Amino acid sequence: MSIAIRADLDLAHTGEPLANRDEHHDTSDNTLLGFWLYLMTDCILFASVFATYAVLYMNTDGGVSGKDIFELNFVLIETAALLVSSITFGFALICAKHQKRAATLIWLLITFALGCAFIGMEIYEFHHLIEQGNGPQRSAFLSSFFALVGMHGLHVTAGLIWMAIMMLEVVKTGLNKRSITRLSCLSLFWHFLDIVWICVFTVVYLLGAM
Amino acid sequence: MSQVDTLDSHSSADLMASVKSYLVGFIMSVVLTAIPFWAVITHHFDTPITLALVLVTAIVQIVVHLKYFLHLDFSEEGKLNTFSFLFTALIIVMVVGLSVWIIYAANDLMM
Repeated sequence: MSIAIRADLDLAHTGEPLANRDEHHDTSDNTLLGFWLYLMTDCILFASVFATYAVLYMNTDGGVSGKDIFELNFVLIETAALLVSSITFGFALICAKHQKRAATLIWLLITFALGCAFIGMEIYEFHHLIEQGNGPQRSAFLSSFFALVGMHGLHVTAGLIWMAIMMLEVVKTGLNKRSITRLSCLSLFWHFLDIVWICVFTVVYLLGAM
Repeated sequence: MSQVDTLDSHSSADLMASVKSYLVGFIMSVVLTAIPFWAVITHHFDTPITLALVLVTAIVQIVVHLKYFLHLDFSEEGKLNTFSFLFTALIIVMVVGLSVWIIYAANDLMM
């Protein structure tokens, strides 16, 4: 029913049915390239915050340094959650491309849960630090630490909101060409955030705790 | 119409190939994550060796993610993505590398 209405709407706008339009003006590749270019600019945003952190991390103002506050076992679990969520999202996308709606939703749900676990752990870590008086206002090191890790966390949160919306869309309209293109964009976003996290745990946590 | 096309062009052999590609990338990532964490937590090596190990595994893991999860390659369709990434990488090396160089040199001069 809803598909019929949408086809009618498309007909009204362009004067030709949806299927024909897909054949003649296939924009999904352009969409993916455009989204990829956005991610590249996001890369540069992260790079400048990394540069800020590299410049400021020694300025602890007599307070704690990375060695005192980083718990690597905790970070290892966060890393594992994000890494596993990367492959589960990969499986979701493969299922989507093969029109397996139920499997797609299950893998998306698992990815969503892992992402929530990651964010939950990060909020716990931030809360713990602030409670002990090591909030972002304590020193330049802590300001840049909260800015860098917090910015990654905000990106993951945005990805989770997007994922929740995609799950609703797949439930409501199924796996058509449009939703698969959107899922492919989200896949780029999610894997990109995992790469940023590799840089975060290497530069901030591992080098900081050495 | 387009859904039927998608269904036809992806055979089950294709499905296995993409699942396998993700699994290979995942296993390599697990190993490349475990090595630096293990080296730093156990202090098994001297600091310079640990430092080199951590940096090398991070770079290799980034390449693994780009290849197996983001599917960057030099094929006709993927070339544009790869080159835009390489250009961005150049900018990042300049932004981060030169900032660190300038500020650390300034710190030294003010000591």
